[in-house]
Amino acid sequence: MAERVRVKPLSPPGHVRAPWYLRGKEGVIERPLGAFANPEQLAYGLPAEKKPLYRVRFTMAEVWGDRAETPDDTLDAELYGHWLERLGAHAP
Amino acid sequence: MPHDHHDHFHHEGMSPSGHPYRADDDAPLSYWQRMEIAVRELLVEKGNLTPAEIAAQIEAMDARSPANGAAVVARAWSDAAFKARLLEDASEASREMGFDIGPLHLIAVENTQDTHNLIVCTLCSCYPRNLLGLPPDWYKTRAYRSRAVREPRSVLREFGLDLPDHVTLRVHDSTADMRYIVLPARPAGTDGMTEAELAALVTRDSMIGTGLPRQP
Repeated sequence: MAERVRVKPLSPPGHVRAPWYLRGKEGVIERPLGAFANPEQLAYGLPAEKKPLYRVRFTMAEVWGDRAETPDDTLDAELYGHWLERLGAHAP
Repeated sequence: MPHDHHDHFHHEGMSPSGHPYRADDDAPLSYWQRMEIAVRELLVEKGNLTPAEIAAQIEAMDARSPANGAAVVARAWSDAAFKARLLEDASEASREMGFDIGPLHLIAVENTQDTHNLIVCTLCSCYPRNLLGLPPDWYKTRAYRSRAVREPRSVLREFGLDLPDHVTLRVHDSTADMRYIVLPARPAGTDGMTEAELAALVTRDSMIGTGLPRQP
């Protein structure tokens, strides 16, 4: 059972590490990576909270739509938990 | 004497061998270069670091090379238990081989008959420097960083790698704290080769995914 998530379609000011091209896209959690200091605070020299980080797998079809080069190829990226909404589990 | 011809003459602005002089490439310091120098000098002045320590660190970084990664790959090709540990925790497996990789969080992704992996960092230039040394210049270009996620198969073709349709391509965008190394598939015809011989087949690009290992 792969857990489905959506990257929050936010555009806050300042340093973030959720790539623009993945915002609003849905994928599955490939693996949890542990907790890491939040780069959105680290970038400004602020005390940074540890945030859970996940590797999320997207299909190229999800990311690029009809313009995908090969729809079933995949793209994995690391995303912090506070950028993800859980969509509930579904059978792969 | 090579330049002692009796009909010797110089064109204005030409070198003795007849080529135009190239302009010097030194330009004024950029904002960030000035800031780096200022911070470095402050750290030295305040006694946090010595110039010798900074030079030693630069030397240590320059000494890291793709040969380190090639040794890890060759070990994985030769030792199934090591390969399992590498895929489970690539940082620990690299340390086990004696590589000082500092706090590097490394993930190894395995190429198989039906899967090929490609590494990119779209946000900047994240690369497993502590194992493989400095990234190639093209890895840091906007063209590679944007095209590797948008049209990776075209990018691979430009590197000379035409991926068959039945092979799934997995692109890995190093967006945060992890760094990635591709574990290429062991080439055919390498039975009986030693780890050192195998390591010589492992190219830098094969560990980024823009190439395959050399054939024996």
